Amino acid sequence: MEPHGNGAGTAQSTKAAKTKVAFYWCASCGGCEEAVVDLAEAILPVLDKVEIVLWPVALDYKLEDVRAWRRGEVAVAFVNGSVRSSEQEMWVELLREKCGLVVAFGACAHLGGIPGLANATTRDEILANKYQRSPTVDNPRGVLPQRDTRVDGAELELPELWHSVRPLDQVIDVDYYLPGCAPPPELIGKALLAILAGQLPQKGAVLTTDKSLCETCPRNPTKPAELRVERFRRIATEAPDPTHCFLADGFVCLGPATRGGCGERCIRGNMPCRGCFGPPPGAIDQGTKFLASLGALTAGETEAEAAAVAATMADPLGTLYRFSLPASLLRARRVAKEVHR
Amino acid sequence: MSRRITINPITRLEGHGNIEIFLDDQGDVQRAFFQVPELRGFETFCLGRPAEEMARITPRICGVCPTAHHMASVKALDDLWQVEPPPVARMLRELAYHAFMCEDHLLHFYYLGGPDFVVGPEAPKGERNILGVIGKVGLEVAGRVIATRRRVRGMLETMMGKVVHPVFGVPGGVSKGMTTAERDEFRKIAGEALELSRFSLQVFRDVVLKDAQNLGLVLDEAYTHRTHYMGLVDADGKVAFYDGQVRVVDPTGRRILQFAARDYVQHVAEHVEPWSYITFPYLKQKGWQGFQDGPDSGVYRVAPLARLNVADGMATVEAQQAHDELFATLGGKPAHQTLAFHWARLVEALQAAERMQQLLADPAITGTEIRRLPKAEPKEGVGVVEAPRGTLIHHYWTDPQGLLTKVNLVVATNHNAAPIAMSVERAAKHMIRNGQVSDGLLNKVEMAFRAYDPCHACATHTLPGRMPLRARIHDGSGRLLATLRQ
Repeated sequence: MEPHGNGAGTAQSTKAAKTKVAFYWCASCGGCEEAVVDLAEAILPVLDKVEIVLWPVALDYKLEDVRAWRRGEVAVAFVNGSVRSSEQEMWVELLREKCGLVVAFGACAHLGGIPGLANATTRDEILANKYQRSPTVDNPRGVLPQRDTRVDGAELELPELWHSVRPLDQVIDVDYYLPGCAPPPELIGKALLAILAGQLPQKGAVLTTDKSLCETCPRNPTKPAELRVERFRRIATEAPDPTHCFLADGFVCLGPATRGGCGERCIRGNMPCRGCFGPPPGAIDQGTKFLASLGALTAGETEAEAAAVAATMADPLGTLYRFSLPASLLRARRVAKEVHR
Repeated sequence: MSRRITINPITRLEGHGNIEIFLDDQGDVQRAFFQVPELRGFETFCLGRPAEEMARITPRICGVCPTAHHMASVKALDDLWQVEPPPVARMLRELAYHAFMCEDHLLHFYYLGGPDFVVGPEAPKGERNILGVIGKVGLEVAGRVIATRRRVRGMLETMMGKVVHPVFGVPGGVSKGMTTAERDEFRKIAGEALELSRFSLQVFRDVVLKDAQNLGLVLDEAYTHRTHYMGLVDADGKVAFYDGQVRVVDPTGRRILQFAARDYVQHVAEHVEPWSYITFPYLKQKGWQGFQDGPDSGVYRVAPLARLNVADGMATVEAQQAHDELFATLGGKPAHQTLAFHWARLVEALQAAERMQQLLADPAITGTEIRRLPKAEPKEGVGVVEAPRGTLIHHYWTDPQGLLTKVNLVVATNHNAAPIAMSVERAAKHMIRNGQVSDGLLNKVEMAFRAYDPCHACATHTLPGRMPLRARIHDGSGRLLATLRQ
């Protein structure tokens, strides 16, 4: 049998002294990979200095290659996706052990992301809806995927799914966070260059601006000094003015509770912010940060009136914690490690 | 069983999967399994969300084809609120959709599937990738591919706010129109996309069709399955991406079904196996007969070659010529060679680019009537598109406030779950003989799934996690001898 643990590979290994970089994905969608590909030509000069030693979406290196790395041989691992299975935990622990730096890449690794909304439900509900209650599933015996199955004498295993979704720093030590769903290529490029140049910020830094989205928003001039919301409106049945502050017009926009640096891409698409960059500096929880500003911005004079205005907001949990439920004060129905398994 | 081979992770695809190969005492393949190890639970955690947010949430099922989920979702929202988008909105959606289809198909050819042919199926693994492709075709050509992709993606970002996870479609229309300056710029980009699509077909001819070894692989029985096929067709029966009716043909090409997407529950069902998180859809009228091909099996295939097989032809002129060339070379229609999905993908990229040009040539596209506001009470809605990887159905039920009470998603790669499992097993049986296993041979096994351009993030939208490919070798008593990860 041929040797398979050939580590760095043949195409790039002839040039010495390149910085080794790894990309890996956990529970994610592949959008973070696309964002890296969207660096387009900007990646080419970087490739003179960098050797990519793991990137399953594009390169054929396997687990065995990673196991063969020397500790510290790989300078940085960019890990996207949240963590929900035994297999994902094995991978991120291995990458932590082998790599000098670990960057939580994108909203899922940073905060849990949209799949983190699953923490508001249970694993059993998810399994039952998928395999037993779906209108298209024909499963009279109620079969569910099993950890161990024997088929024609072959023993097959599946990784276990835990009860809740965790962002990366609830599983391993994380050095930096690259926010966004997906992170904008410009931020990725800047982070890569800073790491290559050894210009490292303080550990734990979120690699974007410290301003809130409202501060950099192109619609900021139309945001009144004091916001007065009579009732919350929905995109479903009303059309937002393409130039106005969304909140001024009653459309929920997470700008006040979200870190900036995204290029205000949703706003420029005439849609309000949903908070994928996470809370701004000083705030640990996006929902409470938003609600704190909500108290000041509803038109209600009394607590009851304010509550009546707040009640017009559809789905506060799924809106205010769209990307951050597992990293929020609410976190999950259950978060104790033993219950994950 | 004497040995077991596991490939971990499977690579150059979107998402995770696991291949387990079991050898008998002679070292031949007895069984091979393609497992999908994750689930994220979108159908469940979306309950209670405002339905209009689905157009922003469901793209996170897949960041490679977010536009497909976005459009299927938005069409389900139109249906849910019973509102027909004005013609300008429909044109803008179609334009964005075709631009996406074109760039996504080309991405697969150059970054994911193409390296197996351009660099070679048994080339060293450090070279079987986009960097190897650049090394082979030269930086000038590669630079053109990269630049055109960047410009098409830039166009999508201008139109849809974001390219990875668009914010564009809303019930009854789109959030934003197009200026004439943008249109003029987009016309240039569409021209480049068309040029690159033509060029890519020529690359395929040069690299695959004119290379005896590569062509031999495409035509090899190791990569052939005679199945049913499914895809959308337009009113003229031509290949359609944004809208149409679902057509199914049998392995001889005879049409056995044509239905509106909202009737999918009558025709498609999903089988569950305990050894994978993915479900296995099949045709209800045939029933689940196990992992087998042929006219009596309910197994069907979707995605590029399936779409070409079901349709009467392509919707555009140049793509039709490319379509004719494909079927003439492969021995008629339908074609069953799995590796020909790569070729069909490029024929479709050409149709998408031609369609971009047609839409941008229409002066109406810069119109300002981009939305009709919904008035009706929402209840239930179905939306369908052809995603790059196959037929994609979103089905929502809500309360009168438009908050979701039930969600069903039948996702592109999901349809191909059984065929992918079958293709991997068949390729393994042909490639691995007498216990001879190498990185190159295992890559040829991986090529069997890569042709489908599978997206396991899509297929496992039901919960988080991903699984790579791994090969474990066991002896006759099931004892683990070695684990192979290429």
